[in-house]
Amino acid sequence: MNSISALIVDDSSVMRKIVERSLRQAGMDLKQVLEAANGAEALGILNDNLVDIILCDINMPVMDGLEFIKRLPGVANAKGVPVVMITTEGSEAHVVQAISAGARGYIRKPFTADQVKEQIIPILAGKP
Amino acid sequence: MTPSTAPSAASGTPANWAPLLEQAAREVFELMLGCKLTVSTNSTQGGSEITSMVGLAGQLCGLLTIRCSRKAAALMASKMLGMEMGEADGEVFDAYGEVGNMVAGNFKNKIPGLGDGCMLSVPTVVTGSDYSLHSNAAVPAIELRLLFESLPLVIALQISE
Repeated sequence: MNSISALIVDDSSVMRKIVERSLRQAGMDLKQVLEAANGAEALGILNDNLVDIILCDINMPVMDGLEFIKRLPGVANAKGVPVVMITTEGSEAHVVQAISAGARGYIRKPFTADQVKEQIIPILAGKP
Repeated sequence: MTPSTAPSAASGTPANWAPLLEQAAREVFELMLGCKLTVSTNSTQGGSEITSMVGLAGQLCGLLTIRCSRKAAALMASKMLGMEMGEADGEVFDAYGEVGNMVAGNFKNKIPGLGDGCMLSVPTVVTGSDYSLHSNAAVPAIELRLLFESLPLVIALQISE
């Protein structure tokens, strides 16, 4: 797999590091990892950066993950970029909301690197 | 998608939720920290110097707390991040809050019909032991006394009216 750029959106800096480590443990070659503490920060980052995948929490202050993903169609740099939600909100309603809003995958916390791998590699492989 | 009945009817009474809470905690510690929790036989164990709190609102209202020593919290952060963390490191609080968040989220997801109708607060971490919690609890708190790497850990769920 080619090296990829990832944007990790989570209000916990510890969780952002864990997600990055899980990506590396899953065998991803990360050329760049960008981090945002909420959806608004992430939108700002996407104005100036291109990424290959976005991994996003749902419960965050300022702008939550569902609002963030709803706004992505208006961001030129986010066109076609897959979004995977990584969250404690594991209810069916949240999954449906996220997928309806455009998320390509959904990982419930707690998670393993294998679960990250199973979700993300097929998504990246199928990316146009 | 929203269930029409309160979770207690479909999922037993809160008194039956202790095993689910313990299972939720065990999964978080095994998957995210790579270690197994064991049951403590010491009912008077101490070491409650730091508390992680997550509020629940909606069909189930209450407060989940995790209490342990600062040493235990730092060890949790070290295991989550895969690097040595000191007790005063700011990321210890972040990691400890996330542990509370994941235990609360994993617990509510185990109760059929509750996940959709119960929201979690962002976690809050309190240091110090000289405080009391006062809530309008409807039933006695579910309290689990466990050991994390031989260090005492108390997980409690207070359910409000």
